[in-house]
Amino acid sequence: MSEILLRAENVTRILPGEVEVTLVKGASLEIRPGEFTVITGPSGSGKSSLLYLLGLLDTPNEGRIYLETTDTTALSDDKRAALRLEKLGFVFQFHFLLPEFSALENVMLPMQRLGKLPPPHIRKRASELLASMGLGDHQNKLPRQLSGGQSQRVAIARALANEPRLILADEPTGNLDTASSANVQEILRTLAHEHGRAVVTVTHDTAFADAADRRIVIVDGRIQG
Amino acid sequence: MKLALAIALRHLLARKRQSIVSLLGIVLGVGFFLAIAALMQGSEQDFIRRLIDNTPHITVSDSFRNSRRQPVEILYDKGAVELRNVKPQTETRGIRGYKQTIEWLRAQGGLRAAASLSGQGILSFAGQDVGVSITGMIPREVRDVTTIQNYIIEGSVDDLASNRSGIIIGAELARRMSLGLSDTVSLASPTGQVRVFTIVGIFRTGRAEYDETQAFLDLKRAQALLDRPNRANRILIKLDDPHQAQAFAAALEQRIGYKSVSWQEASEDILSTLTIRNIIMYTVVSAVLVVAAFGIYNIISTTVMEKHRDIAILKSMGFQARDIQRIFVIQGSVLGLLGSLAGLPLGSALMFALMQVRLKPPGATEPIAMPMSWDWKPFAIAALFALASAVFAAFLPARKGARVEPVDILRGGVA
Repeated sequence: MSEILLRAENVTRILPGEVEVTLVKGASLEIRPGEFTVITGPSGSGKSSLLYLLGLLDTPNEGRIYLETTDTTALSDDKRAALRLEKLGFVFQFHFLLPEFSALENVMLPMQRLGKLPPPHIRKRASELLASMGLGDHQNKLPRQLSGGQSQRVAIARALANEPRLILADEPTGNLDTASSANVQEILRTLAHEHGRAVVTVTHDTAFADAADRRIVIVDGRIQG
Repeated sequence: MKLALAIALRHLLARKRQSIVSLLGIVLGVGFFLAIAALMQGSEQDFIRRLIDNTPHITVSDSFRNSRRQPVEILYDKGAVELRNVKPQTETRGIRGYKQTIEWLRAQGGLRAAASLSGQGILSFAGQDVGVSITGMIPREVRDVTTIQNYIIEGSVDDLASNRSGIIIGAELARRMSLGLSDTVSLASPTGQVRVFTIVGIFRTGRAEYDETQAFLDLKRAQALLDRPNRANRILIKLDDPHQAQAFAAALEQRIGYKSVSWQEASEDILSTLTIRNIIMYTVVSAVLVVAAFGIYNIISTTVMEKHRDIAILKSMGFQARDIQRIFVIQGSVLGLLGSLAGLPLGSALMFALMQVRLKPPGATEPIAMPMSWDWKPFAIAALFALASAVFAAFLPARKGARVEPVDILRGGVA
């Protein structure tokens, strides 16, 4: 049994309001390095909400989430942001690149914010990451000049910038054609299997789900099975 | 910080047109603010300069600010002393030992002092009698403490020295009584003395009342006319640094006991009017900059609204709320800074243009120019005010942007 990278204990998230909405109810799970996990379930079942909780973007109303050995539940927004910066990488469905920045600059951003590498190294590493995604020739293009698949690969390169141990992806292939989907899926799988990172992906895509090591099904906010 | 600056600049450059429009607002605001502030300060300085030039900086008179303490009160300082029916002693009015005081004053350096004797008299010529204010001074000292020589239109102040029976009168008085240079007039004092004087100078200050009632004589003649030999009831002082007047007057009064009034005290009402005028004008011109600041508020809050998605992605990436706030505050600061940098030359151009204007107000004999101050202060005030209002205007939407919760945006999909 390898070490546990992320552990959720009985996590519940309720959206307050006139009518309270339970997004996630009593979810417990563990994520280990080298694992390619998918979370599937019907629309509105709470897949993405669970991912945001695991990704420290949201805080649970009940339960605890440990990243490595740190209990993140009571941390301030700033501390959780610092953890996201260093240890987590996100990929979203709509590839959310900053439109005013070139592909290379988008990938450089997390490293610049972290400020651990000297600037020439940041540029070099961003360039290498893009090249490894097969985007060596598109480094200086703006997001609007890239195709959907290319943008998503830039987003993955950006998620990898600070060498996070955990990659979280929210429907990364939801917007892509079959060929691009297969490409993205392959990249994520390789990251888990060959680079020892943990990859957690929310997806609707059955082909994608079949390729995973582990499948978590969520219905009405509860993890099944 | 560098990263926030880079992102901020990208945002501004991505919306050049709006950025330039809000920048223009600041540029115009700073320009007008500067021009008006410089004009205000210029006119105030001009006004105060006239005030300082045309009056003695300190006037010592032969009266006391407070009634003098009685010896018994001084002796029993803490005792329960009550004195009733105290009446001032009858004595010849005037400053005691004025010559010693003047000597002492001159020994202090940095000032010019002269004694004068003022009183009332009746000037008679060709059957007409007019009440005048007489000021007797040692002729060579007149120049030191008054500016009357600047207003002489006929004759000269020096002629008072060569002709001890000379008199200098105002142009209005001369016109009213059909007097001219070398005419002889008789002057009667309340004590009944009557002396004959020859007109050696005529002045015109532009202040009608002064030109109609003021007359200058030799000090000795004035003393004889008013029957107060060896007396003076005013000491007029001009300081090299007029702004020391208030402190020096207080120190002087402490020393000699006689009421010593500085020009600031004498024109307190005018100075407070100036202050009020400044407040009004600064409020009005500040409004220009406040409007410009609204332009900045507008562009930053639009940017924040449009950039919700980017804020969400930056935050999910690990940017903290204050990083986001910094990005948008920097945008406002950059606009404020560029606005100031471009606004100051525009303001200078406006100031230069205003200086070319020559106006002739009704009744004035000569056209007047706009008094413009090229002091650094209006420049600093305009630049700082623009920068501060830009930062503040950006701060409000920036704070709102910093509070954006990435999850809210992500849940909404493309939002």
